[in-house]
Amino acid sequence: MGSLGSHAARIPDADSIRRETGFSQASLLRLYHRFRALDRNKKGYLSRMDLQQIGALAVNPLGERIIDSFFPDGNLRLDFPGFVRVLAHFRPIDDEDPGIRDPKEPEPLNSRMNKLRFAFQLYDLDRDGKISRHEMLQVLRLMVGVQVTEEQLESIADRTVQEADEDGDGAVSFLEFTKSLEKMDIEQKMSIRILK
Amino acid sequence: MTYRVGEAHSMGFQVFVPFSPWSWLLLLVALKCPEASSDLNESTNSTAQREPNVRFAAAGSEPDEKISVFALDYDYVQIPYEVTLWILLASLAKIGFHLYHRLPGLMPESCLLIIVGALVGAIIFGTDHKSPPVMDSSIYFLYLLPPIVLEGGYFMPTRPFFENIGSILWWAGLGALINAFGIGLSLYLICQIKAFGLSDVNLLQNLLFGSLISAVDPVAVLAVFEEARVNEPLYMMIFGEALLNDGISVVLYNILIAFTKMHKFEDIEPVDILAGCARFVIVGVGGVFFGVIFGFISAFITRFTQNISAIEPLIVFMFSYLSYLAAETLYLSGILAITACAVTMKKYVEENVSQTSYTTIKYFMKMLSSVSETLIFIFMGVSTVGKNHEWNWAFICFTLVFCQIWRAISVFALFYVSNQFRTFPFSIKDQCIIFYSGVRGAGSFSLAFLLPLSLFPRKKMFVTATLVVIYFTVFIQGITIGPLVRYLDVKKTNKKESINEELHIRLMDHLKAGIEDVCGHWSHYQVRDKFKKFDHRYLRKILTRKNQPKSSIVSLYKKLEMKQAIEMVETGILSTTAFSVPCQAQRIHRIKRLSPEDVESMRDILTRNMYQVRQRTLSYNKYNLKPQTSEKQAKEILIRRQNTLRESMRKGHSLPWGKPEDIGKKMFLPRRVGLIFRITHCASELFSLRPYPTNLTGTSGRRAGTKNIRYLSFPYGHPQPAGRDTRVAELTDNDSSDSELPSIMFKAHSRAGILQERRLTQEIIPMKSLPRGGKPSHFGYQRNTSQEEHDGRGRREALRPKPLFHAVDEEFESGEESGEETSAIRSRWSGEHRPTRQHHRSHSPLLQRK
Repeated sequence: MGSLGSHAARIPDADSIRRETGFSQASLLRLYHRFRALDRNKKGYLSRMDLQQIGALAVNPLGERIIDSFFPDGNLRLDFPGFVRVLAHFRPIDDEDPGIRDPKEPEPLNSRMNKLRFAFQLYDLDRDGKISRHEMLQVLRLMVGVQVTEEQLESIADRTVQEADEDGDGAVSFLEFTKSLEKMDIEQKMSIRILK
Repeated sequence: MTYRVGEAHSMGFQVFVPFSPWSWLLLLVALKCPEASSDLNESTNSTAQREPNVRFAAAGSEPDEKISVFALDYDYVQIPYEVTLWILLASLAKIGFHLYHRLPGLMPESCLLIIVGALVGAIIFGTDHKSPPVMDSSIYFLYLLPPIVLEGGYFMPTRPFFENIGSILWWAGLGALINAFGIGLSLYLICQIKAFGLSDVNLLQNLLFGSLISAVDPVAVLAVFEEARVNEPLYMMIFGEALLNDGISVVLYNILIAFTKMHKFEDIEPVDILAGCARFVIVGVGGVFFGVIFGFISAFITRFTQNISAIEPLIVFMFSYLSYLAAETLYLSGILAITACAVTMKKYVEENVSQTSYTTIKYFMKMLSSVSETLIFIFMGVSTVGKNHEWNWAFICFTLVFCQIWRAISVFALFYVSNQFRTFPFSIKDQCIIFYSGVRGAGSFSLAFLLPLSLFPRKKMFVTATLVVIYFTVFIQGITIGPLVRYLDVKKTNKKESINEELHIRLMDHLKAGIEDVCGHWSHYQVRDKFKKFDHRYLRKILTRKNQPKSSIVSLYKKLEMKQAIEMVETGILSTTAFSVPCQAQRIHRIKRLSPEDVESMRDILTRNMYQVRQRTLSYNKYNLKPQTSEKQAKEILIRRQNTLRESMRKGHSLPWGKPEDIGKKMFLPRRVGLIFRITHCASELFSLRPYPTNLTGTSGRRAGTKNIRYLSFPYGHPQPAGRDTRVAELTDNDSSDSELPSIMFKAHSRAGILQERRLTQEIIPMKSLPRGGKPSHFGYQRNTSQEEHDGRGRREALRPKPLFHAVDEEFESGEESGEETSAIRSRWSGEHRPTRQHHRSHSPLLQRK
């Protein structure tokens, strides 16, 4: 890794990014290399097209949504800090006692809440803070094979919403979303080992 | 045997006819009890011999000799005949094994093969076969072993292998050596104890036994915990071990055999031992070198086979085999050569050869290796059942114990060291699984069986011990490893998941996989990056055909053959029958509240039909080739994506942004915009393969033209909404104006509405085209592919608008008023039971889905 270290200085704002995301120097450097590799024409930023070129993402049923999540608010360009910020959601949660953290500081990006929020946003296309029945159905359509009929899907969507919906507004709010996943080990599900 | 059926033919056909029924009966008998072949053999021999004589004697005066019709020369065909029957028997057993779908998850398939082998062995023993099949050294090393090794090398996932190559070499190489010498030396110590009566077994023989018994075959186990989804490095460890272990064991075995031979005549000096070590290295490295050379040659040759693609598989197989033989002639390791050859050429050959050749190669390879293995297991069965055993309690028990102990020692010691250098160390759990996967297989047996009796007076005892170890590991460890992995796997604990959890967790899995892909796979090796560059710059240019599509997506498209895929999805997958059961179960309860069973069946539908998360390596199964799930899934997703891309390409013209970097946005946007107009485009474009819209970027000049197309298609839908329903009119307006905006921000309401509308539009079409559409199978494909096709047939006019807006009305009501909600649900579940409601829902199973 010695040769990697010499490039470290080239990353713009490395320190502030690290402070925000909690990545180690080595990880950040790797991500930077990856970022540069994805950036086909050396533009200095990533476009949607760059991400669409990733072959494995093309066969990911949620590929487009995932790409979407890299381009919030209708941005067309993804710079390196933005790239890292998204990936920081998937950093494994540190073993150290969270109590050490300064309470005034914002919650780290890889906290359980932020991980959940990230997943939630994949559903919530219109950003109204709720997964409507329709949004649920759309996700189901993306994720379920063609064998299942539309009517089955629709009832599944109904049922899913109904199951999680506690206040009876016909939609799943973020709070209800987190409640339905209470028992799940989100920290592990939404962490990628290599993103230390 | 002097008379053959062929001669009978030459003697005249008319003779054949009257006796044919009898001869057929004989044939049937022969087929019915193939296992009793020896019996039959004997009897037919005698009868065949007797009968002709009798007939000749009787028919001496007659000119026509009918007797020869009965001549049965079983000896002539015996070996291939029996081999064929064994393989058939094993295949039938496999079919039976897989009929009950839970069974393959419970035990490795090698269990089955061993049982079949033992069965055949028992039959052969019971019938007192005159010439039981024997495997000799040349048959094994020249014919049976290469296919097995080739298969392993070819199906090895290359990238993860090289990502972990350090650990794999460390573990597989040193692990085999530690095991061999550890087991050998400790058994030698045991042999020194007088009470066991083993004092005539010397050190070299023990070492040799250690080397053959340490040839593990853990791949057989991989299939068992395939569903348990062990992590990738662990998987690669086990795979890599299986791949390299054979090679190392065989090399060690051969060297030790040479030593043993030498030892007969003279003492072994330290120089010889050094020479042996050097030889070990030379044999391994030389073998790999040969393999790489042959791999490159064969890749280079497949570059020119585009006109004679039928010989493509042949080239692959012949060159692999040639590499093996060439290495063997030089006393190098043929196993490593053929492995290296397969690994080297695989990448380039797959790009060069045609799709059919590619499939042929894969299947043929699987077939050959499974035939080889079946035969070895049958030989094993034959030698299991019989009198040639020497049962020495001490030796066998200590062998078993030492196998486990030394495997444990080597695993924990080697991984302790290699973990110090790994970024992501192997956990104790991983190490336990690796330890437990030390299943012995066909390799160990073959090596033991081939021990030269002249050098090993107690060969029988070695074979017996080997058999015991194999049976113990395959049956006991093989069957329990699945539960063990599941037990160690904490993730799998809570079984009862709600639908929400089910869905969200799968979504997260996909999300995680996607993000992993975005992150790329970090190599810890600079070498790999260097090689990649070198490969790109030189090797690829030399070895692969020109004008190959560059991008991975393109090659994916190429490999998947879109056309065929689309057809498949349209016609093949429509077997909704499999899911009609849960569906009907739902219908019976006219749901106000869903009963637990309904929820259960819904979850079942979800679990079974949600796309699996992509797996890079975990799909390998030694005994079977199953591309279905992942490839089919990839096809489906790609087709969906293809459709959206295509739409967006068309749509892209009409949107007023021309900057190249915006194209991505364009591509995505239209999916959200109501796509009512999409269906007015003709289907001719459907199959044109155009994965990239790049060539369309910046063609803002064409915007005007395409816009016209839009408006041309407009009048069908436009005038009516204005008069009918203001809400719909608003939606349509929204849609048309949205496309003029340089932004993709929509009001939530409008988009949701459009989406609903879009879906409903899609729902209507099949119904309207049903009367004319002919085969209903066309409509089961629930996406706009078929829908566009219908449009292409040009029966969209006039019929559409009316039901469309009717449907929209109703959907809105049901969506907003909770009272209607339940009825809507009911109507969905009981769709087919409502002949009275003639609107779109009555055809809901055929709904178009986007």
